[in-house]
Amino acid sequence: MKFGILINEGPYTHQASDSAYHFTEAALRAGHQVVRVFFYHDGVNNGTRLSVPPQDDRNISERWSALGQKYDLELILCVAAAQRRGLLDEDEAKRAGKDGSNMAPGFQISGLGQLIDAGIQADRLIVFGD
Amino acid sequence: MSVLHIVNKSPFDRNSLDSCLRLAKADSPILLIEDGIYAVQKNTAAAERMQQALSNHPVYALRSDLQARGINPDNIIDGISLVDYDGFVELTTEHDKLQSWL
Repeated sequence: MKFGILINEGPYTHQASDSAYHFTEAALRAGHQVVRVFFYHDGVNNGTRLSVPPQDDRNISERWSALGQKYDLELILCVAAAQRRGLLDEDEAKRAGKDGSNMAPGFQISGLGQLIDAGIQADRLIVFGD
Repeated sequence: MSVLHIVNKSPFDRNSLDSCLRLAKADSPILLIEDGIYAVQKNTAAAERMQQALSNHPVYALRSDLQARGINPDNIIDGISLVDYDGFVELTTEHDKLQSWL
């Protein structure tokens, strides 16, 4: 079965990002397909590579990157939400005249159309948020 | 068409469980995750509503979120089934639509 995952909450806030991660991981392990993980609103903060949590804590963005690499996942940040919150890939940083980018490996910036498309392509769209 | 309702808020904090119970069709399942877990406990202000909900809906609770909150399995209202993440995924495949009551 094909799943789309929508995450509307930032990391280390309540539990949405953790729940979404464990759900996605369990779905993939069960042999299901995840067509896209879409990060929206504060959820885009999951895609920073500059997060430095304590060593005995989970690293949420690294964990997403690793899962993305293992299963060739599409990890998409909403462009408008990302720009507002200072989540920039190299192209966006250049365009905005900023001195650096901060996107974690495997994440991409794209538009809301990708959420609609995930809803169309997937058999199930599941929302995690606050 | 069947809908799986997912509630992640404590009934002592927000009214999302009440909204869910008011609008969910009879027999559609309800899954409690995150702080939604607090609704499973016996002898609370929400227990009667939960008890009533069980006569209309199958109710599931995510085991790891229950353990994370230190809730004693003996203190869970009878009739609520515990699932792990594999069970969570399975529930989502068994129902056509997923409604998260955020």
